[in-house]
Amino acid sequence: MANAVEKVSGIAIADIEKIIGRTDDNIEKISGLEFAGVTEAHTLISTSTASNATSIDISSGIDSTYDVFIFDFINLNAATDNTQFQFQVNATDGADYNDSAITSTHFAAYQDEPSEGTGTSLYYDASRDAKQSTSFIPLEHYVGNGADESISGRMWLFAPSSGTYVKHWMAQFSENAQQNAAYNTWVAGYINDTTAIDDIRFKMASGNLDGVIKMYGIAK
Amino acid sequence: MALTLIDTDTASTSATLGFTSGIDDTYPVYEFHYVGIHPATDNTEFQFQVETGSDSDYDHPMITTYFQAHNDESGGSPTVAYSTGDDQATAGDTNGVFQTLAKDVGAGEADQSTSGILTLYDPSSAYVKHFISTSNCYQGGDTSVQTFVSGYINITTAITRVQFKMSSGNIDAGTIKMYGVG
Repeated sequence: MANAVEKVSGIAIADIEKIIGRTDDNIEKISGLEFAGVTEAHTLISTSTASNATSIDISSGIDSTYDVFIFDFINLNAATDNTQFQFQVNATDGADYNDSAITSTHFAAYQDEPSEGTGTSLYYDASRDAKQSTSFIPLEHYVGNGADESISGRMWLFAPSSGTYVKHWMAQFSENAQQNAAYNTWVAGYINDTTAIDDIRFKMASGNLDGVIKMYGIAK
Repeated sequence: MALTLIDTDTASTSATLGFTSGIDDTYPVYEFHYVGIHPATDNTEFQFQVETGSDSDYDHPMITTYFQAHNDESGGSPTVAYSTGDDQATAGDTNGVFQTLAKDVGAGEADQSTSGILTLYDPSSAYVKHFISTSNCYQGGDTSVQTFVSGYINITTAITRVQFKMSSGNIDAGTIKMYGVG
């Protein structure tokens, strides 16, 4: 057991008998440190922090190491009021975020704050889905620039390094929208490209953004 | 490990479950995994609220949305629809109510329960506090219901406590695990 790990969640290594049902005879790593145990199940690959940035580009770490990638979006705030948060990708043979066609669905539920009315709805948004679009794809709309207005959520990207299949993705957001309403938005689709994807760009449709995006890999 | 177990609370005919420590700026995202929540009273709602500092009123305003898909064991007419009345749009620092995450949770049969995940974003930030939850519920009417609840707690003060309960009666059994993500 050659390693630098001394405790896991406050428990001394010597006192741990099993992790997720596995004994220390077949555990190999914890957080990348050799143990004689588990390989990392959920690994933080990168943290991107934007401060009045035009975009957040993640151009390393998306490869065949993992089959599933998770992006956590934490309090993204727009510089321009009432804009749209969106993304596109580059395949390994592309560079300008405009070559990979995406087809997607987009639906949302909303509720107004009491000061704005009593509106609620669940609806499909045909103006923000995509049909073989190589433009940036909307993930959330009505993003505000108020001091406490932001969006938070999560996106999954499946098997981006596949050379056989299109690349599936799903996203969900909670938003404090610019018109003082709560939006719960669900977007999913596939990148209709069988070449491996290795870059992803997130940006607002207009103006800059603040916020944090963390990218995780899920062990195969 | 990016998903760190912070604490576990296990029900045993409990009025509430929850966490009054461990929610701070250590992590930007917290996940609450509720597993096998079985109420004492049939067809009651599994709910949550939050608090700041060491307060214990659990009454902060929320703007939320609530929709669900359901299908009966007998077939019936499966639907997906927004559920007005299970959401809330409350205003004022102390006028919030407990937000339902899963409704009509069954208790009449021993194998009825609800399970799901509540994700709370950046509880220590100066922004409003976003959350997203997805649950599946075995309802008292022998129906499978997937519920999607999302919204924001409309305060800019740091959240330090989260409490879960049924709308009526105790939580007979079930476990909630709180993880830090980051």
